[in-house]
Amino acid sequence: MKNLLTATAMLMGLTAMAQAEGELQLYNWGDYTSPELLAKFEAETGIKVTVTDYDSNDTALAKIEAGGSGFDLVVPSANYVPIYVEKGLVQELDLSKIPHHGNIAPEWMNVDYDPGRKFSIPWQWGTTGIGMNKTLYAGDINTSAIWLDPPAEVAGKINVTPEMNDVLAMATMYLGGQPCSEDAELMKKVRDKLLEAKPKWVSMDYGMTEKMSSNDVKATVYWNGAMFRSRLANPDVSFGLPREGFPIFMDQVMLLSDAKNVEEAYKFLDFIALPENAALISAFARYGNGIAGSEEFMPADMKDAPEIVIPEELKSKGVFLKTCTGKAQDYITAIWTELQK
Amino acid sequence: MARPISHLPGFTPIAMAVFAALYLPLVILVFYSFNAGEDLAHWEGFGLHWFAKAWENDQVKDSTIRSLWLAAVAAVISTVVATMAALGTTRRARFKGQTFIYVMINQPLMVPEIVTAVALLIFFAWFKVTLGYQGMGYLVLAHSAFCIPFAYLPIRARLESMDLTLETAAADLYATPFATFRRVTFPLLLPGILAGMMLAFVTSLDDVVITVFVKSAGQDTLPTYMLGQIRRQVSTEVYAISTMLLGLTVVMLVAFMALTRKKD
Amino acid sequence: MSGAPLSGPSQAEAALAAKTVRGGWLLSLPALVLLAVAAVGPLLIMVVYSFLLPGEYGNVEWGFSFDAWTGILFTRDVFDDTLRLEDAHLSILLRSVNLSLLTTIFTFAVGFPTAWFIATRPQRQRALWLFLITIPFWTNLLIRTLAINEIIRAEGLLNNILIGLGLIDQPLQIIYTDTAVFIGMTYVYLPLMVLPLFAAIDRFDMRLLEAGYDLYATRFQVLRRIIVPVVKPGIIAGSILVFVPALGAYVTPRILGGGKQMMIGNFIELQFGQGRNWPLGAALSVTLLVIVTAALLVYVRFANREVRHG
Repeated sequence: MKNLLTATAMLMGLTAMAQAEGELQLYNWGDYTSPELLAKFEAETGIKVTVTDYDSNDTALAKIEAGGSGFDLVVPSANYVPIYVEKGLVQELDLSKIPHHGNIAPEWMNVDYDPGRKFSIPWQWGTTGIGMNKTLYAGDINTSAIWLDPPAEVAGKINVTPEMNDVLAMATMYLGGQPCSEDAELMKKVRDKLLEAKPKWVSMDYGMTEKMSSNDVKATVYWNGAMFRSRLANPDVSFGLPREGFPIFMDQVMLLSDAKNVEEAYKFLDFIALPENAALISAFARYGNGIAGSEEFMPADMKDAPEIVIPEELKSKGVFLKTCTGKAQDYITAIWTELQK
Repeated sequence: MARPISHLPGFTPIAMAVFAALYLPLVILVFYSFNAGEDLAHWEGFGLHWFAKAWENDQVKDSTIRSLWLAAVAAVISTVVATMAALGTTRRARFKGQTFIYVMINQPLMVPEIVTAVALLIFFAWFKVTLGYQGMGYLVLAHSAFCIPFAYLPIRARLESMDLTLETAAADLYATPFATFRRVTFPLLLPGILAGMMLAFVTSLDDVVITVFVKSAGQDTLPTYMLGQIRRQVSTEVYAISTMLLGLTVVMLVAFMALTRKKD
Repeated sequence: MSGAPLSGPSQAEAALAAKTVRGGWLLSLPALVLLAVAAVGPLLIMVVYSFLLPGEYGNVEWGFSFDAWTGILFTRDVFDDTLRLEDAHLSILLRSVNLSLLTTIFTFAVGFPTAWFIATRPQRQRALWLFLITIPFWTNLLIRTLAINEIIRAEGLLNNILIGLGLIDQPLQIIYTDTAVFIGMTYVYLPLMVLPLFAAIDRFDMRLLEAGYDLYATRFQVLRRIIVPVVKPGIIAGSILVFVPALGAYVTPRILGGGKQMMIGNFIELQFGQGRNWPLGAALSVTLLVIVTAALLVYVRFANREVRHG
């Protein structure tokens, strides 16, 4: 079976090369790809990029693993990168075809999940923290107590993002542990804390960019870029990062093993490693990118935005979410299921 | 004039309330699509720029056209096979296996979409890899299949409440079975077929979950495009697109009415 | 059968019956093939998957296991390893059944008068009214749900009107409650009730009413004894079309329900997504499928008997 698959993949690769017409299939999160970026890329290279959307890492992984999906590039989150590599779904990059690879900022070059960036090129990164409408609560929001031990004003009003890994990591760090803990006693406390806090949440939902803008929801555990967009529409919205620890995420572009448009894909990967192009990505979805020197090309309102620039004293509290395995993953899914019943 | 015999007290007010409730969300939708402001929730005056933006956005435009095309093809296929199946399973002597056919046909209704979706992902992926064909055929197959019960049930309901006299009479007059069908059964059945086809069209147009798992590269439909947006931010563009589609529907309806009137 | 002379009515009848059976199967064949290829057949994969082991990152590992099936009713506590009854699955299923039943009953309560109203319009107007019912549904499900959200949200139309009238002074929390899901599902599934009802009522012979009233039947008796039995096929079709999809609903509960309390469709989706337990998801789906199919069979048999004796 496997041989058959490789043979077909090679065959398809050959035919694709023979008839390269300059197209590229990008599989990315919805509302995450700047149309200007694609227009500029097409103008410079003549390659037309078609974007197809997904709305969860798991859906994207399931589809690509099943095979035959026809995509060239995918943009998984950091904790999914090792899964793609381990399962052989992506190919190691030929760095000679990405001359601007060195533009990747030093702090994003040697990440645990892809040392030396041999498999992925940064797309955007961000943090998960607390979005708060100042008219609801004006106190300190740099703490997970806002959602785990909510003050009276916030109780019954706060939304929590339905992201299992983020929620579990933040709760574990609030109780003094590290994400993916295998400490049964600690994880029991995490479970009890979450079950105790849940009745004080109004919902566990996405779509908070508008809901915070429109005052439908006044407090939420959410992503920084989304809260930045909310603040632009509604000045009362502020963003805080829990000092007990907060997750940092990064999404990056990877080249699929069964990609048909490999040459085009390399051109795109090199293209987004240029600071002025990376800045276009950030200007659209309002998250930082991992390319050194892109700041000067960014819109003025992003350069010192409190949502984008992590305060010095909190920098050490940011934690990269890893892929939990074994017992740690068992704890997480069991707690998550119990939380959602 | 006295009230018609079919009058039942309270029915007309309820029906009027239903129509009002059906259209309220649409009014809001149309209203907001003319918003000059940047985001959905704040009304900042009348403007058309969302229509311009939607029109310029290739992803929105392509996915809308793809959705309409897919729904039309799937509705036609599913209605044809559902009509045949309905004729085969009603108004004849009960036969062994009839219940089996009935259960088979209704099966897509009974499975949560996500289950069919994952099953189809695995099943179709095998064909996509071995055949190397990744076109729209898979989506057409999947949509036609899950639309069958939606087309079948109204047609069957219509058939069951039709009496056999006319067809028997036609047969007695030595009309061939096909002539009987074309001249007698089909015209009587037409409202049921139209109802079934409309349901199938709408069902296909609405599908998200199965489409997400079956689509290949570059095959976003309007719903899957929107699902991707919901997680981040739903833009007013999709409201504008919906308003345009609504306008198109009304135009088609008026044209349809005018045409049928002329024929009478 | 080849060239046999006519030898009595019983054989001719048998031949006719055989023809009927063959015709029934032949006519149903295209639908059956399509369904087998693109809907029902692939579900067998799910049956197989329910007996496998969950993969570490989703998907399955090839190894026989009965865990998913015991997992439906019992759960092994991750902390003390004891086996206890899984009440979460049951409460999620019950919530889904309740909400779907409520939706079916309510759509029937308002859908029947609506369908009756349409069917009793003059012939020329009927198509117009029918189109009016379907037009909203040419607008995408997600958009309709979002538009409902616009009405019931904290600063939405409904709350603004109620506050404006002085009936309440704080916005009502409707969004993110079961009420919101109920409102959304009723709106979404209404035409699935109205259209089959209309198709049945449209064929109803109004002279039957005359006969009823001539015999001094009250309005209610006419409704119950004459109308309902005749349009029963439409009622059955409508109820199935609403109840069953409502039971597996995904989009409406996700957008209006707020994700704090799941319906069975969302819970199954969770197993195939972040929960990374495909075998449990598969086992839950097969269970749901069996329950619904059994209920449907009983219902259809029961309903048929009623029609025959009524």
